[in-house]
Amino acid sequence: MYSFEIVRPKSVADAVSALGEEEAQALGGGQTLIPSLKQRLAAPAVLVSLASIDEIKGVSSSGGAVTIGGGTPHGTVARDVAASYPALAALAGNIGDPAVRSRGTVGGSLANNDPAACYPAAALASGATIVTSNREIAADDFFEGLFTTALEDGEIITAVKFRIPEKAAYIKFEQPASRFALVGVFVAKFADGVRVAVTGASEDGVFRWTEAEAALSGDFSAAALDGLAVGADGLMTDLHGSAAYRAHLIGVLTKRAVTQAG
Amino acid sequence: MTKVTMTVNGKTVSKEVRGNMLMTEFLRDELHLTGTHVGCDTSQCGACNIHVNGANVKGCTIFAAECDGAEIATIEGQANADGSLNVIQQAFQDHHGLQCGFCTPGMVMSAAALLKETPKPTEAEIRHYLEGNICRCTGYHNIVKAIMAASGQDVSSIAAE
Amino acid sequence: MPKDHGIGAAQKRREDVRFLTGAGKYTDDINVYGQTYCHFLRSDVAHGKITSIDTSAAEAMPGVVRIFTGKDFEGIGGLPCGWQVTDKNGDPMQEPPHPVLAQGKVRHVGEPICAVVAETLEQARDAAEAIELEIEELPAVVDMRGALEGGSARVHDDLPGNLCYDWQFGSDTATVEAAFASAAHVTTLELVNNRLVANPMEPRVALAEYARAGDESTLYTTSQNPHVIRLLMGAFVLGIPEHKLRVVAPDVGGGFGTKIFHYAEEAFVTFAARQINRPVKWTSTRSEAFMSDAHGRDHVTKIELALDADNNFIGLRTDTLANMGAYLSTFASSVPTWLHGTLMAGNYKTPAIQVNVKAVFTNTVPVDAYRGAGRPEATFQLERLVDKAARELGVDPIKLRRQNFIDSFPYATPVAVEYDTGNYVATMDKLEEMIDIPGFAARRAESEAKGKLRGFGVNCYIEACGIAPSNLVGQLGARAGLYDAATVRVNATGSISVMVGAHSHGQGHETAFPQVVADMLGIDESMIEIVHGDTSKIPFGMGTYGSRSLAVCGSAMVRATEKIINKAKKIAAHLMEASAGDIELKDGMFTVAGTDKSVAWGDVTLAAYVPHNYPLTEIEPGLEETAFYDPANFTYPAGAYACEVEVDPETGKVTIERFAAADDFGNVVNPMIVEGQVHGGLAQGIGQALLETCVYDADGQLLSASYMDYAMPRASDVPFYKVDHSCATPCTHNPLGVKGCGEAGAIGSPPAVVNAVLDALNHAGHDVAHIDMPVSPHRVWQAMQG
Ligand SMILES: Cc1cc2nc3c(=O)[nH]c(=O)nc-3n(C[C@H](O)[C@H](O)[C@H](O)COP(=O)(O)OP(=O)(O)OC[C@H]3O[C@@H](n4cnc5c(N)ncnc54)[C@H](O)[C@@H]3O)c2cc1C
Ligand code: FES
Ligand code: FES
Repeated sequence: MYSFEIVRPKSVADAVSALGEEEAQALGGGQTLIPSLKQRLAAPAVLVSLASIDEIKGVSSSGGAVTIGGGTPHGTVARDVAASYPALAALAGNIGDPAVRSRGTVGGSLANNDPAACYPAAALASGATIVTSNREIAADDFFEGLFTTALEDGEIITAVKFRIPEKAAYIKFEQPASRFALVGVFVAKFADGVRVAVTGASEDGVFRWTEAEAALSGDFSAAALDGLAVGADGLMTDLHGSAAYRAHLIGVLTKRAVTQAG
Repeated sequence: MTKVTMTVNGKTVSKEVRGNMLMTEFLRDELHLTGTHVGCDTSQCGACNIHVNGANVKGCTIFAAECDGAEIATIEGQANADGSLNVIQQAFQDHHGLQCGFCTPGMVMSAAALLKETPKPTEAEIRHYLEGNICRCTGYHNIVKAIMAASGQDVSSIAAE
Repeated sequence: MPKDHGIGAAQKRREDVRFLTGAGKYTDDINVYGQTYCHFLRSDVAHGKITSIDTSAAEAMPGVVRIFTGKDFEGIGGLPCGWQVTDKNGDPMQEPPHPVLAQGKVRHVGEPICAVVAETLEQARDAAEAIELEIEELPAVVDMRGALEGGSARVHDDLPGNLCYDWQFGSDTATVEAAFASAAHVTTLELVNNRLVANPMEPRVALAEYARAGDESTLYTTSQNPHVIRLLMGAFVLGIPEHKLRVVAPDVGGGFGTKIFHYAEEAFVTFAARQINRPVKWTSTRSEAFMSDAHGRDHVTKIELALDADNNFIGLRTDTLANMGAYLSTFASSVPTWLHGTLMAGNYKTPAIQVNVKAVFTNTVPVDAYRGAGRPEATFQLERLVDKAARELGVDPIKLRRQNFIDSFPYATPVAVEYDTGNYVATMDKLEEMIDIPGFAARRAESEAKGKLRGFGVNCYIEACGIAPSNLVGQLGARAGLYDAATVRVNATGSISVMVGAHSHGQGHETAFPQVVADMLGIDESMIEIVHGDTSKIPFGMGTYGSRSLAVCGSAMVRATEKIINKAKKIAAHLMEASAGDIELKDGMFTVAGTDKSVAWGDVTLAAYVPHNYPLTEIEPGLEETAFYDPANFTYPAGAYACEVEVDPETGKVTIERFAAADDFGNVVNPMIVEGQVHGGLAQGIGQALLETCVYDADGQLLSASYMDYAMPRASDVPFYKVDHSCATPCTHNPLGVKGCGEAGAIGSPPAVVNAVLDALNHAGHDVAHIDMPVSPHRVWQAMQG
């Protein structure tokens, strides 16, 4: 690792001002950032740890939405939204391993926008709102491609507001080595329609499968998806699966998610 | 450099640390607690697992500076007060849950965290919980068995002793 | 009643206490005063000409002690290969130099070019980034078939066609052709044995010190065989005589073959410590390990089996390309030849067998022995082929195997080895009972009810272990003897230190070896301590690999203990004024046969060291004996394995539902440890079959370069295994009757898994003849697409 200092502000305001310094970077749970620092892929002068900011931690629900502080670890989400939003809790409880879930945060995951990450699918399918240190961003406007988001330099995700669907499920088909999603599909059924978000598959990161959404909005059953398929164009091919395989998995997993959602 | 103060296995320690010093480095190089191992650089193997304020954490993926004020438990602090092996450690020995011993500290720390959360885990729960603890030697059979035994379950029917 | 001590007892391991309390001492746990840190600048291209290296800016960086380049190693020996294979034309293999730091060219991603030694590791890394390095990239040789074509790029400039050797072995061509000409059926299979990375959980570490006063070097290193490193590095690389070089392998966190070899990094730190007169430490990261630890397997094979009208095997012919990587690692050349060709008979009495192997250089990391080494490749080919033959012929795969089993011993195969004992029918019977074949149909129906396919696969294996008779391997090209040694040092009060050449890095020697000595002497195990891993403490030793520790080093220990008993009896005879021939040793007491006269073990040992009443003219005082043991033959563990899988037909994902292994390891000293060895091997074999593979792209870039892309088996990928070793036919030529158990699991499991997957698919109507490993979800899905 290159050398840097760590500061541990206690409020969002202090964190924002610390992030205003040259070469400052936010440190969430560090579960993505620290391995990349080890590879010397980043050279911050200061890491601004968000772990001591109580105001961005924890879970609350009201008015058909659950709000999760941006600094809330996956493990806490798995436990604390189990009652209000079980599909989201299950997703959080399957990210990485218990130690990753002790530290990794929802804010860090969304900010990072790894094309194989789980949370982006939940946020997009739930039509979540990403609350930052200075604004609110709709999930539909947030994800801008591989590892890129609408966040500006120094902007902190302070919370994520998930609308709670009537029914939902996330099915992750694991890449055998990393156990991230080779393909993951999040299906959420709301009163005003169904949203389907797919992660792990596209060269542009998480995306909505709008044809499936349309079909499912009319008939929320696996059978409604018969004959629908995502084209392999623009999907990733790598060691673990071709674009065609990923396209196939999207179909299979979407059906399974619908069935599981019930 | 920042000054950090934390409790490690019940003892308070204070040190000046570099910002980029990982807990694995802090424990191994500063405190000479070399039981916490480093088996990878992608945060996947779990040879480094420690407890930070009771949570199961990868020591290689947390900075010492982040642990200021924290309570840390490592493998060196797991034995009973009289020095004898604790229930989990004893079960690992009884059921041959280790070979080269390199993954073992992380396995024991993970097992302890699991049993705190889930006192009587099923085989499937144990295997799932060990997602982030790689062992190359044992094929996991005896590790899973040892954890079941440590939780007071009868493992006599599991194939092979 | 199971035994609680001595041979056959499932004693708990004494080494566990230190490992379970964080008190193990691995190489990276050792730090010495004045230590510097080393970081290697490694090639990021697979093949290229180094046009310039400018270290001046880097040298001026803070903390830099010295920067070394290939220039510092001009005139210094390269890393040697320990086995010379002779080509089918009688020529020696091609053996291009293997430099410590690159000389002029780089030949694989990860090859060390410069080494920065600095006060801290981060300073060394900082300085390495400031080295100005220019490399003119050359076309990379990656694919073995392409490599052999005349016009291909050359890994080594003077080696057109990149061929290391073209080896032929076994029956002559006319005999084999005759067998095929008379065949009623021929089954042919082309397959790949996937390249693997051994991945012991402890990455390699090397720390060297130099004491200028006595001109002595000490190397602490993560090795399975410290004496071999001392010999190779001392004699062939750095020219340090043995008495000035101490090599210590303390606790080692797994080896699996990859820590047998002599590596550039350990030679470098030893060299550099002498140059700068300060200790130098290098700790591999896992990322470095992927591109610098020797890889394993990587064979491409065409194999054919000839059967007569009654389904008897009458001929076998193989054609293998074996990847050597860019340089010959320590035992690389022996793996596809003598550790592979000699096993091609398997458990079957095929009368005519010919093995052809071309070893090929490519711009990839060197390939060498990995758990099983050559034998998994042989087993996989043969057992996949037999299964394919059974499917083609419409016969039961178990029946086909049984019909062709070797059933009388000793048995000399057409591929040069003589199996001393075995009982393949017994292990197969045992296996069938363990896996519950009658229940399979119901289990399949259950899987199908859930929308899953279920398959059953079986295979046999044979391995040659207890490596190896020196005079035999010498004829075959080994440049070392493969005996082992032990010293039994009985102390005055009767406690014993046994210094052994085998190294324990998970195998539990510290527990199992005392069981043997205790059994022989009739004393308690707690009086016996095993010392290993330090060339200054043990007589000599060739180390631990090839399932040899107990069969070879254990035999040396038995011989040394016998010498102790002989001498102790003489002392006892003197003490009791009897003749040595009348002395019996039982339960730690020496008695004069037929009398009630006796002296205890401790009385005799004390007399040896306090020789007041002692026949000094006839025997020396003291009680310490050394024995070297050179085995008369290999040992031949064998067995039968079965696997049941479920396949998700929609995603292609395979899960292992049941796995059973029936092994014949001969006699067993500690069954608990033996079973643990099998479990570990099974997980590695299942890993190879389902998960693991090392992939290069066409430019020689390593794509599976971390655990993010190299799939290690996790706890959830494997089931509880059923293992059994009760069908024992003791080895006939070593004193313990043991055969070795370290590699069996890894050798015997991959074909069973793949056979099971193919059974599932074919039963479901997919006409799939073969799927290469790893049988990943993607590959299974592709196979089902037709
Ligand atoms: C072994 C392993 C397995 C994993 N498996 C999965 C998996 O299956 N699925 C999955 O989705 N993920 C997985 N992850 C990733 C994990 O979820 C990470 O926790 C997550 O991607 C990053 O969150 P973090 O809090 O650790 O962020 P960090 O690593 O600290 O930061 C990541 C990036 O986000 C920025 N950042 C952090 N917090 C904020 C914030 N609040 N506001 C703005 N920017 C911020 C940082 O500056 C950095 O650029 C895995 C990780 C590991 C190590
Ligand atoms: S060393 Fe921490 S996860 Fe591997
Ligand atoms: S015991 Fe060696 S890695 Fe687990």
